[in-house]
Formats: sequence, structure tokens, C-alpha cells
Amino acid sequence: MRNRSRRFALLAALAAGALFAASGAAETTLLNVSYDPTREFYQELNVSFAKEWETRTGEKIAINQSHGGSGKQARSVIDGLEADVVTLALAYDIDMLAEKGLIPKNWQSRLPHNSCPYTSTMVLLVRKGNPKNIKDWSDLARPGVEVVTPNPKTSGAARWNYLSAWASGLEASGGDEAAARDFVARIYRNVKVLDTGARASTVTFVERGIGDVLVAWENEALLVVRKLNPDEFEIVIPSLSILAEPPVTVVDRVADKRGTRKIAEAYLEYLYAPFGQELAAKHYYRPRLEAVREEYAAQFPEVKLFTIDEVFGGWAKATAVHFSDGGMFDRIFEAGK
Amino acid sequence: MSGRRGVLPGFGLAMGFTLWYLGLLLLIPVGALVLKAATVDPEKFAATITSSRTLAAFRLSFGAALVAACINGVFGLLLAWVLERYDFPLKRLVDGLVDLPFALPTAVAGIALTTLYAGNGWVGRHLAVLGIEVAYTPLGVVAALTFVGLPFVVRTVQPVLRDLPAAIEEASASLGAGRLQTFFRLIFPELLPAAVTGFTLAFARGLGEYGSVIFISGNMPMKTEITPLLIMIKLEEYDYAGATAIALVFLAISFAILLVINALSLRSAHPVRRG
Amino acid sequence: MKLPFGGPKRREKKGRPRSLNEPPLVRGLLTAAALVFILLFLLLPLGIVFAKALAEGWGMYSRSVFEPYALRAIRLTVLTTLIVVPLNLLFGIAAAWAVSKFDFRGKNLLVTAIDLPFSVSPVISGMLFVLLFGAQGLFGPWLLERDIKIVFALPGIVLATLFVTSPLVARELIPLMRSQGSEEEEMAVTLGASGLQTFLKVSIPKMKWGLFYGVILCSARSIGEFGAVSVVSGHIRGLTTTVPLHVEMLYNEYQFTAAFAVASLLTMLALVTLVLKGLIEWRASLRGEGK
Repeated sequence: MRNRSRRFALLAALAAGALFAASGAAETTLLNVSYDPTREFYQELNVSFAKEWETRTGEKIAINQSHGGSGKQARSVIDGLEADVVTLALAYDIDMLAEKGLIPKNWQSRLPHNSCPYTSTMVLLVRKGNPKNIKDWSDLARPGVEVVTPNPKTSGAARWNYLSAWASGLEASGGDEAAARDFVARIYRNVKVLDTGARASTVTFVERGIGDVLVAWENEALLVVRKLNPDEFEIVIPSLSILAEPPVTVVDRVADKRGTRKIAEAYLEYLYAPFGQELAAKHYYRPRLEAVREEYAAQFPEVKLFTIDEVFGGWAKATAVHFSDGGMFDRIFEAGK
Repeated sequence: MSGRRGVLPGFGLAMGFTLWYLGLLLLIPVGALVLKAATVDPEKFAATITSSRTLAAFRLSFGAALVAACINGVFGLLLAWVLERYDFPLKRLVDGLVDLPFALPTAVAGIALTTLYAGNGWVGRHLAVLGIEVAYTPLGVVAALTFVGLPFVVRTVQPVLRDLPAAIEEASASLGAGRLQTFFRLIFPELLPAAVTGFTLAFARGLGEYGSVIFISGNMPMKTEITPLLIMIKLEEYDYAGATAIALVFLAISFAILLVINALSLRSAHPVRRG
Repeated sequence: MKLPFGGPKRREKKGRPRSLNEPPLVRGLLTAAALVFILLFLLLPLGIVFAKALAEGWGMYSRSVFEPYALRAIRLTVLTTLIVVPLNLLFGIAAAWAVSKFDFRGKNLLVTAIDLPFSVSPVISGMLFVLLFGAQGLFGPWLLERDIKIVFALPGIVLATLFVTSPLVARELIPLMRSQGSEEEEMAVTLGASGLQTFLKVSIPKMKWGLFYGVILCSARSIGEFGAVSVVSGHIRGLTTTVPLHVEMLYNEYQFTAAFAVASLLTMLALVTLVLKGLIEWRASLRGEGK
């Protein structure tokens, strides 16, 4: 009995040893905290940047990534998640970092194009053949159409969705706020599942077969149509949509403390460089670089785009009016029941 | 009671360690929650707790947990009965399987149940024909909570049923009572305290459940948003005050339920015929 | 307080006289109803995990399970469990010893406090530690100054898991020790054995099976904890993702087969837990222990 238990202990120790021996040698690490649909893009970018950095400086680095709803990710960084860089879905979430003193207030002017190396927009994804004949935002408010979109309280994509719908309501009514509110309320009454993140919504629509239309990032919709389920879905481009600008920044307080500022800055510059731009386009983000944009022109059709500043006066205002506690979104939902 | 302090050693050590551990792991964190809640503006606290969205989440959490616990009450009694009284093939296996929800990670359970009960799943497909939707409706929440609470009633009722003396049933039968009558007049009252304990445990477990529910519920505010998810959402939108307020109220209610369980199990620990 | 998760039990086989049994039809119907319930809520979920995991064949299955990030998640989970279980074991023994061998005022309050984490939603448990140790939390600035990482790192994951699983061993031992009484221990002490000797030679063998149970339960829960860990993890791929979080991550990356493959590992562990539990019950019943 004793002998057997000793042998067992030895075996367990060996197994544990094998399991823990795998931990690699100490190397510089960089943590990129990002939002939901960028997983595949950064996975590829990280590998090639690490290679590039090694040839450039001879230093071996490892880049870690963390993904989730944009608001939740920002919250984690505020609570102490040590992100050297953040690449989130919307500027408001990064503004929160500035408010807590993690980065300077002028963070958005530190990199070109408002610190947004790529853009996207919101489009409609429908089932093959478009059985409900969905052409534009107004069709989402039709009775009997089931809509899937994430929760604007937790998801960046959902905020862009909501604002696009609102702007389209404003345009249709010639700028009548009450009409826009009614329009958006009718759309959300058709929402069947309100997931917490953009990814979860896509899974609900694509895999679970819920809903007639998914309001999604253009990059997410293209991913579904081009890669995952080529023959089951089609993209509908609405008559008007928002210019979605997902910004990036170095988190100064963390990068300075960990001594990673140089790598972090090079990492973000790499996003603007031809290779990063090319990779962004390959993962269906609209690139900023002219040459890459022309190369991928067929992938990104012309959409009439507006910016959040034009229609809503910037994120701070839009958040206060629409997404704050007791704001427009809450009131729409409480009235809807 | 066993305590004759002075004969057995180790009271100081055991008690000291217990209190130290509890203090570090429980009191300080819960204290931090209370402290945090105390800094919340009372008006804001009240507004958060009484907002219709919070109330809807409370209603769903308590309602779904209650329905699931009722389902588990009925089927738990049935299962305990069948497992204790009847013989059928693979009975031992089924008996062992009852504990699965204790051992299976809730996230795995959530994904499996959603895949199963979604409109295109193995079971959901057939229910859809009947016009019943489970996934992404309050019914889905009930299904997930039924799963996580399944073992409780079975496991509390089984030992009581096993130790039930045959004599009372024999007496009842010899006095001419039918089986149904014997069951409802004699057996059921004996099982009731244990069943109630199991029911309460299942209810308490269902209240706090998060992992399995978020996959299957659809997470619609006012409709299928459970309280733990609402706390999570409040956290994610930087609303610490709101999250703390809801968490504290929810915690207080759970604690009250726990006290009731303890009182109940104290009573059912001294039934007339066992010991 | 009786924990419903088993508890060593005795089985006795005896035929029941006809007058104490139901008609065959009723028996059949009741059994069928119970089995349909089991099928819908236990067997099918179990089946679908394995069916989906193997949907793309064994090659894909082993690739998903032996992929580096999956291995790192397994390592983190094993490490967490190895820290959590011994600590909770110590706590469980100490708490059970104090509660069941001695009388003191406030005992009921203590027992309820020990049970408390059981009724706290895992999400709240995780949040508690963020409120304490997060950068904006009570001790946040102090920790930040000293560069001690708790949340979004291993200590946070361990703490959240400790919190959630702390009652499991204690709840298993308290009723067992209470029902066993302390006559043997008292006799040993009277005969001149030291406290430690009494504990090691008398008490530990007496509660051996209960201890095993508690450990199994505690390990199963540590391995599978999702809600609490999700709040404090930070979801850094390969660094702070435990196995359940890894499953969720794969699921969110459209790698459904891989997600179910890793989930099937957890499911197999759950099944092993059940088998171990069955074995312990069987051994305990052989020794006529655990009345």
C-alpha cells in the first residue's frame, strides 16, 4: 500500500514536471488588449511583428492578446489589466482610460487619422436569397423581421449599430428627433437576442439560425460570407451608415512602468505601415493607405458614410444622451415592455 | 452534543485557523462590498434597485429559479423514488449520472444545452415544430437552471426514502389503504422536509447561476436578462455603484435564503423515526 | 447541514412484498418518465459534447487538445487546483474540528458563514476581489506602488477559486464528524496520546472517506469554475485563461469543434469524478463506515 502510493506520488510529480517544464525562457512581452472581432487579425499581425522586431533589433518578443467586448476590456485595463497597447472598438472606451489618468487627454492626436489605422462600417447580413427582402435600415423596423445585434451597453459594435440606425431615422424624417427615437425603438422591439459582444451575436445568427438579419461590422460580415459560410448568407449595404473608427493607443502608464514603450510604439506604427495595412485589408478592415485601398477596392463597395462628430457631436455627447444610465437606450427598452 | 472542552486538544488552533481563513477570504471581501455600497449615494442606490430593468432581472432570476426548483422538486422526487424502489437496466449508471451537474463546468453545460435546444438543435428542432422555443426565451433560463439544480432534491430525498421503515407501509396496506393513499398520507409527509431542503438548495443555486445561463438566455434587458448578468453589464459600463448596489441586495437575499435552509435542515436533521 | 452530493451510503437489496409495490404499469410509467427526464437533461447534453467534439474526426480532436494554448490553459487550471485544494482541505479540517468537537457561542453563525460562498453568485465573488485588489479598488493603489499583481493574474484566479470552493470540504466533514462523535478521540487522549497523535491516528482514519469526497468535489469545482474566474482573469490568451475560459474563447472564435473538443476533456474529468465518487461510496459501504 505504502509502496504503491509512493509510486503514484512519483508519477504525479513527473506528470506535473512535464506540464510545467514547458514554460519558455524569459522574454519581453507585450499585451494588446483588443475588442471582439479582431482576434484573427491580430493573431496574424503579432506573429509577423515579432519576426520583424527580431530582425530589426535582435530582441525576441512575445505578444499576448486579450479579447472581449470593448467596454469590458477598457474596464479591465482601468482595473489593472496591464495592457501595453489597447486597440478598442471606439474612442469613448479609450477616453475612459484618459479620464483615469492612464494616458494623456490628447491621446487621439498622437497617431495619424485620429489614431485609427483602419476603419469599418456597419452593414446588414441576411440569409441567402434575402427572404425577408431587407434593403435598408427601415426594413429592420418592419413588423415580423427578427433582428440580431449586441447590447450597446457592453459592445462597441452595438453602439455603432445603434447610432447608424438613429442617423438613418433622422435622415428619413428630416431631422425629427422624436421620429428617430420611435424608429430605433421599433427596431429594438424586433431584436430577438441581445448578446453582450459582437462575436456572440454573429454566433447566434450564423450558428444558431436565429433572426432574419444581423447588424454587424463590415469586417465581421465579410468574414462570414467569404470564409465561414460562403453559400448561406449575403451582405446588404444600407443607403447610409456610420464611419466606424476603431482607435489604438499606447497605454503610457503601463508601457513606461514595464519599459516597453519603444516596442509598443513600433507595434502601432506597424499597423500603419504597408504590411499592417495589407493585413488589415485581408481581414476585411478598410485600410487608410491609398495603394492598399485601391488594391482591395472590389471588397469595399462605396457607402454613404457619416461620422459620429457630424451627426452626434462626438462620443462624449452621444454617450451621455444615448448610452448612459437612464439614457435614451434604457428608456427605449423600459418603454418597450 | 459532543463538546466537553478541555479533554480534546486543538480548539485554539482549529478555531484560530478557521477564523483567520474566513476573515481573510470572506469577511474582508464582503466587507469591501458593504463599504463600497455605503459610499454610493442613497438616492442612486434606490434608483438602481427600483429601476424597472433591475426589477425585471430580479423577477426573472427569482421566477426562473423558482420554476426550475419546482420542476426539480417533482422530477427529483420521481427520480429518487424510481432509483430507490424499482429495478431497471443500468440503474447504477443513471444513479451516478444524477451528480453530473455538480461535476460538469457550467460553461460547458451552457454551450451543450444551447446547441441542443436552439431552433436547429437535436431537441429544439422537434420542439420548434410544436411551436415551442426554448433557447433565447425565459424557458431557456429555466432549462439551464433545471440542469444545474437537478441533483439536489434527488440526493436529499434518497436517504430518507431508503431509511423509511417498511413497517408503516405494511401497516397501512393491512389496514386496507391503497398505494396512492399510503403514498400521500404516509410516505409523502415523511419525504417532504428533505424535499423542501433540496428544493431550497436548488433554488439558491439557480439564483446565482451565471455560466450556463448566459449562453442560452438571449440576454434581452427586461425579458431574458438574469441578475448576475445585469451586475456584469453594470461593471462593464463602469457603473461600479450600480453593480455594487444590485450585488449587495442580491447577496442579502441569498444570505436570507441560506439562513432558511440552515433552519430547515436543522429541523429535518431530527425527524422522529431516524437516528 | 447535510450536503446533498452523496455522502457515503449503504445499499441493501431486498425484494418488496407485492402489497408494498405498485402495479407493473405504474412502475413502468414512472420509470419511463424519470428516464426521459434524465435523457433530456443529462444524457443528451453529454452526448452532444462528444458528438460535436468528434465532428471533424480524431485528427482535429487531438490537434485542438494538444494545441499550445490549450496546454497552457490546462497547466493554469492544474496549478490553480493544486494550490486551492490543499488550502481548502486544511480549512475544512480545521473548521470541522472546531465546529463538531467543541461547543461555543455563535456556532450557528460560524456555520452559516462557512456556507456563505455557496449562496453567493460566482459573478459577485469575482467582483469582490476586483473591488479589493483592482487598480481602482481598496488596496489597488498600495499594490500598484509595490508592483504586486493580484487581479488579472494567477493570485486573483486562485483567490476567486478559493472563495467559491471554500465550503466544499468543510460541508462534507462537519456532518460526518458530528455523527461520528468524539468518544474514540477522548479515549485516546485519556490514555495519554498527544493531540497530534490522536488526530493523525484516530481522527484522520475515521474521516478518511469524507475527506476524499471533499477533495474530489473541491477539485471538480476548481477545475470547472467559470463565472468568478471570468471576472478576474483578464482573458489573456495562454496566460490567464483557464480551461473553461479557453472553451469560451474558442467558441467565440468560430472554432466550435475545438471548443467542444476541449469541453469534452472537462466532461471526461467530470465523469471520472463520478466514477471516483461511486468507488468511494462502494469502499465506504464495504467497511460499514459513514452511518
